[in-house]
Amino acid sequence: MTKIDSKIPEGALAEKWTNYKNHQKLVNPANKRRLDIIVVGTGLAGASAAASLGEMGFKVFNFCIQDSPRRAHSIAAQGGINAAKNYQNDGDSVYRLFYDTIKGGDYRAREANVYRLAEVSNNIIDQCVAQGVPFAREYGGTLANRSFGGAQVSRTFYAKGQTGQQLLLGAYSALSRQVNKGTVKLYTRYEMQNLVIIDGRARGIIARNLVTGKLERFAAHAVVIATGGYGNTYFLSTNAMACNCSAAIECYKKGAYFANPAYVQIHPTCIPVHGDKQSKLTLMSESLRNDGRIWVPKKLEDAKRLQRGEIKGADIPEEDRDYYLERRYPAFGNLVPRDVASRAAKERCDKGYGVNNTGLAVFLDFSEAIGRLGEDVVRQRYGNLFDMYEEITDENPYKTPMMIFPAIHYTMGGIWVDYELQTSIKGLFAIGECNFSDHGANRLGASALMQGLADGYFVLPYTIQNYLADQITVPRFSTDLPEFAAAEKEVSDKIAKLMAIQGKESVDSIHKKLGHVMWEYVGMGRTKEGLTKALSEIKTLKKEFWSNVFIPGKADDMNIELDKALRLSDFLEMGMLIAYDALQREESCGGHFREEHQTEEGEAKRDDANFSYVACWSYQGEDKAPELLKEELNYEFVKVQTRNYKS
Amino acid sequence: MDKNISFTLKIWRQRGPKEQGAFETYHMEDIPGDTSFLEMLDILNEQLVEKGEEPVVFDHDCREGICGMCSLYINGHPHGPATGATTCQIYMRRFSDGDTITVEPWRSAGFPVIRDLMVDRSAYDKIMQAGGYVSVNTGAPQDANAILISKDIADEAMDAASCIGCGACVAACKNGSAMLFVSAKVSQLALLPQGKAEAARRAKAMLSKMDELGFGNCTNTRACEAECPKNVSISNIARLNREFIKAKLAD
Repeated sequence: MTKIDSKIPEGALAEKWTNYKNHQKLVNPANKRRLDIIVVGTGLAGASAAASLGEMGFKVFNFCIQDSPRRAHSIAAQGGINAAKNYQNDGDSVYRLFYDTIKGGDYRAREANVYRLAEVSNNIIDQCVAQGVPFAREYGGTLANRSFGGAQVSRTFYAKGQTGQQLLLGAYSALSRQVNKGTVKLYTRYEMQNLVIIDGRARGIIARNLVTGKLERFAAHAVVIATGGYGNTYFLSTNAMACNCSAAIECYKKGAYFANPAYVQIHPTCIPVHGDKQSKLTLMSESLRNDGRIWVPKKLEDAKRLQRGEIKGADIPEEDRDYYLERRYPAFGNLVPRDVASRAAKERCDKGYGVNNTGLAVFLDFSEAIGRLGEDVVRQRYGNLFDMYEEITDENPYKTPMMIFPAIHYTMGGIWVDYELQTSIKGLFAIGECNFSDHGANRLGASALMQGLADGYFVLPYTIQNYLADQITVPRFSTDLPEFAAAEKEVSDKIAKLMAIQGKESVDSIHKKLGHVMWEYVGMGRTKEGLTKALSEIKTLKKEFWSNVFIPGKADDMNIELDKALRLSDFLEMGMLIAYDALQREESCGGHFREEHQTEEGEAKRDDANFSYVACWSYQGEDKAPELLKEELNYEFVKVQTRNYKS
Repeated sequence: MDKNISFTLKIWRQRGPKEQGAFETYHMEDIPGDTSFLEMLDILNEQLVEKGEEPVVFDHDCREGICGMCSLYINGHPHGPATGATTCQIYMRRFSDGDTITVEPWRSAGFPVIRDLMVDRSAYDKIMQAGGYVSVNTGAPQDANAILISKDIADEAMDAASCIGCGACVAACKNGSAMLFVSAKVSQLALLPQGKAEAARRAKAMLSKMDELGFGNCTNTRACEAECPKNVSISNIARLNREFIKAKLAD
């Protein structure tokens, strides 16, 4: 069996990263100018990496599918970014951030990676402030913090409800500076379609120009993918419309392992689904759980009346409300991690206590906070979120409690990478949400921004040099090489095949069916039976797609239906991969909940004896089941425990 | 509950930048009020695809008002009838049964049409590349709390920084001026101590790039401020002018 080498450096936990940096190979300035790097994606990870690598002197080619790097979906992150600054003097430390992240991830992440993440978290805040990111401040001029789920300290830095936007604009400005200097060349409205491998190393990509429809070839000494997560496999999610997993799946098909695809995060505070024409779900920031209290009625008859629209939430007296998170988890209350909060909402709704017409919603109530702080303070803290809620639902959340329900939000799984963020293909690196590395089975709030920027600013710029140092004598590649022609032909054949089908179903209608199967059987509660059914239904959908999809227009032209079809072909592969992984993982941990494996109280039951590993999936060919390889997780520094948010 | 409505759409269709465009008329039946404007266009596109026709091309992505990708002139207003909202945040309950809704792309010399309702806003990236940053490399800057910034200044910088780069200000302006966009970035960085060192250089570089790319000048009509989906204030333009004059006097 293939051995999985995670390349964790020797030494004590706190010294590993320093040791690594002290002994890694570097590339001298003259050689940097001779080395090219492709970075696909311009979100927090991609933009920060492209900018930093450009500053260092490499020649960078940076690609994004939108019209500008500033549109990447990192922009939509609301709540904040964690760092172990301990500015609040509440007992925080690098170790505690590390520990909370490991615990929050349900002991399914690598200790060394997570410790490094916590270690560089403080540099990120310093870097972003230096760039002019307008973080919230106290009257004395120091930085402000708020608390987030899964932590008992206040370590989250924020910029109104727009932290992702401000951090991304910071990275985008650093990137723009490098474009101006000529170290980074930008390709906007380009989508990666294939990876080019020469002699076992990643040496380029095939990208489709989304304006002309033409395929173009790009060569480099190393390729970095920073293309985000695969949440849109579920059709409805909080991801942006264009978010997709094609770059990752194409790399997987070329030999990169896909790790832990079953770990999908379902965010507890989203606006409930309201109709079958809906295109996406809107997240209400987790920060709302700082002051909002989550409840459903205690009495089933009250819930029924709410569902029929006979009464409103405000009509139910205090003593008849069940603040179920505070009841079940006294120590963390409304601030339990996302997976726990989501499952608790599902449990209540499954029992019939849902509060809207579909029975799939719970209340998030601010009346206590408004009483305690006054409406003005609540408006200051959450005004933009409340306005957004009112525009979408036509309800005023200052007067009636918000209604929320869990939705697909983030994917912890991703392309497998070693400690250097290198995939199982030499010269191919994966950063940000696109890799699997730091969040284990569940990500804590405000940690995605931290990981994206850690990878891009402070980790990859070091580790990629260790690889490139051996490449300094390798000249630039011609895109006329047969490997490029072959990779391009794979894509053009696929496109020709898609265009030739001329069937009867639109891309979206098939994607919606896929989403339904995923949410029903591969969503919050999974069973062996359901997952087996999902696998067979996705196979049927795949056949339906490849025999009956209809794409109007031409291939070598702007064609938005073809864009979507290419993405859906990869979502179908992704859906199967998630189901395979969920099926083999006979335990419940983090975002992965197998109904067969729960305690009597309905809490997740982990099985460390048999499942303390990273599941790495290796592609075996069209319509063949992928092969499972295991990277064992060894906890040397932290005692593995059952997560407890009760006391 | 929201009512369903039926209405007529007049949508601008144009194959390419150099080709002639025209309005096409489509009738929409029974659209629920809780459908977003872009979801309504999705429904139209599904219907067009079912008929074997090419869908209407429009820019969109996050659909929660922050990426700045969506554009659209709806009934003569950038981002439609609501104030402080992007096109993707408009819901059909704002329209009435029997309405005729006119949908056009941004119309401005700085933003040529690519197809239908999609325009080329790369000029904004070029203006940013000219100077919309603090020149600091990734590395080890001083501790974040070593720079004290009063809450008022931080909040003011944040308000300026909330620009999403959508281009509504240019589309709304009769001069096709990008002053609100430029001033938002110049203000954010000029207000903060980190950005002061190169404030003069930045104001000059960004403005000269704006002129070079064919955007018009500001005549204080305030149309940009009225249509900005993020309520970026025109007082930023005053600050930009001060920064620019200061820079010129120092030359």
